[in-house]
Amino acid sequence: MTKKIVVDPITRIEGHLRIEVQVEGGKIVNAWSSSTAFRGIETILKGRDPRDAHHFTQRFCGVCTTVHSLASIRAVEDALGIQIPDNARLIRNLIMASQSVQDHVIHFYHLHALDWVDITSALKADPAKTAQLAQSLSPWPQSSAAYFRSVKERIAAFAGTGRLGPFQNAYWGHSAYRLPPEANLMAVAHYLEALEWQKDIIKIHAILGAKNPHPQTFLVGGMSIPVDPDSQNALNADKIALIGKLLKKARLFVEQVYIPDLLAVASFYKDWAGIGGGVGNFLTYGDFAMDNGGGTDNLYFPRGVILGKDLSNVMAMDQAKIAEYVTHSWYSYSKGDKQGLHPWEGETSHNYTGPKPPYQHLNTDEKYSWVKAPRYLDQPMEVGPLARMVIAYAKGHKEVRETVDFVLKKLGVGPEALFSTLGRTAARGIETLLLAQKGEVWLQQLADNMGRGILEVHNGEKWDPATWPKEASGFGYHEAPRGALGHWIRIDEKRQIANFQAVVPSTWNAGPRDAMGQMGPYEAALIGTPMVDPEKPLEILRTIHSFDPCLACAVHVLDGRGTEIIRVKAL
Amino acid sequence: MKVPEESSVTPSVPEELLRKWEARGVSRRDFIKYCTAVTATLALPATMMPRIAQALEDTRVPVIWVEFQGCSGDTEALLRANQPTVAEIILDHLSVEYHETIMAAAGHQAEAAKEQAIEKYKGKYIAVVEGSIPRGEGGAFCTIAGQSALEIARKVCGNAAATIAVGNCATFGGIPAAAPNPTDAISVREAVPGATIINIPGCPLNADNLTATIVHFLTFGRLPATDRLDRPLFAFGKRIHDNCERRSHFDAGQYAEAFGDPGHRKGHCLYKLGCKGPETFHNCPTVRYNEGTSWPVMAGHGCIGCSEPAFWDTMSPFYRRLPQVPGFGVEATADKIGLGLVAATALAFGAHGVASAFRKGDAMESDKVVKED
Repeated sequence: MTKKIVVDPITRIEGHLRIEVQVEGGKIVNAWSSSTAFRGIETILKGRDPRDAHHFTQRFCGVCTTVHSLASIRAVEDALGIQIPDNARLIRNLIMASQSVQDHVIHFYHLHALDWVDITSALKADPAKTAQLAQSLSPWPQSSAAYFRSVKERIAAFAGTGRLGPFQNAYWGHSAYRLPPEANLMAVAHYLEALEWQKDIIKIHAILGAKNPHPQTFLVGGMSIPVDPDSQNALNADKIALIGKLLKKARLFVEQVYIPDLLAVASFYKDWAGIGGGVGNFLTYGDFAMDNGGGTDNLYFPRGVILGKDLSNVMAMDQAKIAEYVTHSWYSYSKGDKQGLHPWEGETSHNYTGPKPPYQHLNTDEKYSWVKAPRYLDQPMEVGPLARMVIAYAKGHKEVRETVDFVLKKLGVGPEALFSTLGRTAARGIETLLLAQKGEVWLQQLADNMGRGILEVHNGEKWDPATWPKEASGFGYHEAPRGALGHWIRIDEKRQIANFQAVVPSTWNAGPRDAMGQMGPYEAALIGTPMVDPEKPLEILRTIHSFDPCLACAVHVLDGRGTEIIRVKAL
Repeated sequence: MKVPEESSVTPSVPEELLRKWEARGVSRRDFIKYCTAVTATLALPATMMPRIAQALEDTRVPVIWVEFQGCSGDTEALLRANQPTVAEIILDHLSVEYHETIMAAAGHQAEAAKEQAIEKYKGKYIAVVEGSIPRGEGGAFCTIAGQSALEIARKVCGNAAATIAVGNCATFGGIPAAAPNPTDAISVREAVPGATIINIPGCPLNADNLTATIVHFLTFGRLPATDRLDRPLFAFGKRIHDNCERRSHFDAGQYAEAFGDPGHRKGHCLYKLGCKGPETFHNCPTVRYNEGTSWPVMAGHGCIGCSEPAFWDTMSPFYRRLPQVPGFGVEATADKIGLGLVAATALAFGAHGVASAFRKGDAMESDKVVKED
C-alpha cells in the first residue's frame, strides 16, 4: 500500500521547507521538496546602487550570514574589474572560514544531532562510564564523572518540570535511535557546550565586521575595517591577538569535541553510509584564495564538476553551462516553462498556481515550490561540503586526502560510503577541521603584512560610479557553508542594477523537478530511505538535515522595478 | 555597558535565590552579573536589581516564537545573547513551546505543540514574531503546514498576553516590504492591529534589547514605555549620533573622506561615507553587539539606519551622505536632524516615489559640510 506523508514544517533548519513522500513497503518510493515562502529580494534590488547590493543580499539569510554579501560584492568587482588588496583577501578568508566553522558546529549539535541522539536516554546514563567514554575519545578537559553528573542532573531537573519546551512531542524512544545512554549524555553535554562556544568564537566577526549576524564591513573593492597598528580605531596588535585566541579556541573545540563526537556517533549508524546518496553529481566554484592574483586556480578548496560519482574525471566548471528551470516552480518564463535560462538571461514572474491556504496537499504533478530547479549541463547537482571534499579528494588535495582517508579508516568504510547521508555529515566535519586549522595561518599572514607596513584594505579606484563603464555584468562566486553560491549582476548605463540573480546552495539542493522530470538532490536522496513509523518521520529528517537546508535565500524572483508583475489568483 | 562590581549589590539578592540558580548550574556571579546588566540595559536604578532577580525566579513563562518572511537573523541574534549565561537563563526561565529553528519535533507533531500551547496558556504566553507577513496571493507567499502567515499571526498573537515583534521585518515590514514590495508584505502591527505589541527593530535586533524587554515584562507585568513606533524607550530613546564614540570628531569637523584613508584609520566621523547615525534611534553605541565587542561605526562602516521604518528605501543609497546635516553646532544639528527623521518616518509606509523625492533632496553633490582638519 502506498501512503503519502507530509512533513511541514521541516524544523531545525533555516526557512520554510515542506517534504511530501510516498512510502511503500516501509521505504520511500517518491519524494517532493517544496519551499513555502517567498520574499522577492531580487525584484527589490533592481534600480538600486550596485555598491548597496550586499546589504540587501546579506538579508537573504541570517544563518549563513556574510555569504551573500561576499558573493554580491564579488559580482560587482567582477563586473567592474576591481582587484582587492591582499589584506582584504585575508580578512575575507578569515570571515568565511570562521563562518563555516561556527555554522557547521551549530548544524551538527543544534540542528542535526537530535536526529541521532536521544536526549531522554541520557537520563539512564552512568556518569562515571560517560567520563570513561569521553576520555577514551579525546583529551578535552571537560570530561569528569562529576561534570557529566551535573549535566545529567540538570536535564533531569528540566524533564522533571514536565515542560519540555522545544524538546516536546519529538521522537524520543524511536527504535531508529541507537546510541547507548552514555554516548547520548556526552552528546547532550556537548550540545550545551557548543551553545556557549558558538557565541564566543563568532566574536571574530564582530572584531572584523561590527557584529554577527549580518556583519557590516564588506565593501565593493575591499573591506571597511581599517588596518593600522598605530591606531586604537583599527585592526591593531591587540585585536589580532584576540582573534588569534578565538581561532585557537575554535580549533581546539573542533579537534577535541566535534570530530571525536562525529566519529563516535557515526560508528553506531554505519548503515546510513548506504542510504541517502542522491544524484551523485557534484559542483563547486571553489574558494579561499591562496594568493592575491584574482584567479581561480589557486583556491584552497578547488573548483570543479563531477558527474555520476566518477572520481576519475573532474571537469572544469564553466558557469555558462548553468540554467534554471521553472517547470515545477511557481514562476513562468515568457517563452514557455519547458526551457532553462542562464541567470544572466533570467526573466521571471511569479505565478502561483498552488492551492489556496489553508491546504492539505500540493499538486506535485504541476508546480509545487518557490524554489527553481538549477541544472549544470542539464543535470541536477549536489553542492555543499560533500561536493567540496569529493572534488578536492578527486583532485588529489593533500590535506583533504589525508583527512578523508583517516575518517574512512576510522569508520572502516570505503570511499563509496561518502555518497550517503552519513558521508554528507562526515564531509562537513572534515572541512570544518581543515578550515579551523587554516584560520591561524591566514591571521599570521595578515599580521605579517601589517608588520611590513602594508595597511591597504580597500581599493577605491572605482568607488565613484562615474568611473564605471556604460554597461557591465559580473559573476560572483563563493563556497558558502551549504555549498556553491553564485550571484549574477548586470549594471546599466545609469549605474544601477538592471538585473540580479542568485543561484544559492539550497536552490541546487532543495529544487524541485525540472522539465525533463529529473528530481532535485533532496528528492533523489530520499528515495529508498527506510521508514520504521510513517507517523514519526525521523529518517526523513536525517537525510534532509544532512544537507543542512537553508531556505530563505533559495526563493527569489526576477522582474523589473515598475514593470507589471503577473498575478494569478489562486482559487 | 558598565556592570557594577557584584559586591555592591550581592547582599540585596536573597541567598536562597542564589542557591537555587547555583543548583541549576548558573554561578552566583553570573546570575548577579546578568541581573545587573539587564537592569542597566533597561535604564533602571540599581536598586531594582533584586526585583528583577525575583521575577526570574517565578514560573517559566511560555513563549511561542514564529518566523514568517524572515532570514532567521533574529533567531541567530538570540543565540549570541549578551551575557555569559543568558542561554541557560533563557532555557531555564522561559519555556519555548514552539520555535521552528530549535525544536526537536517536526511536521504535525510540531504544529500540535503550538496548538496545545495556545490552548493551555491562552492570554498568558509571550508571542515572538520574526519576519514580515505577506498579503499577496491570498497568503501563499508564506505558508507553514499549509496555513498562511497571516492566519497563523492572527491566532498566535491574538491569544498572547503580549507580542514582541523582533527585527525590522516583523516591526516595519523590513526588506520584503522595500519598494516595490513584491509580496505585499506588512508588519505584525498592521497584520494584527488589536494585539498588544512591542517593536524591537534592528537588522537583526540586538538580543540584549529582547532579553531586557522580556525581563521587564516578567518583573513589572507590563511592557516597557515606548515611542510612537512602539519601540521601547530604553533602547530607542536616543539617536546613534547622540551617543556615538566618534561624535567629537563630527563636532570638530574631522571626517573620514575615503575608506582606508588616514582619517578613516584614526576613527574620524563617518558621516561623509554615508553614516545614518544622525537619523537613527538605537542604543548600538552603548550596548554594542556580541557581548559588547563592537558595532558598525567601531568597525569603520557607517550606520545604515536598520532600526528605522522603511530604511531600505529612505536610508539608501547607503554610501551617500545624509542631506543637509550641518557640520557644526550640536543643538542645531539635533533639531534639524530631528525634523529629517519626522520626514523619513512619514515616508515609512508611503510609496516609493516619495522616497525617491527624498533622495533628490540629498545634498551629496553640493558639499555643504565645512571640513576642517
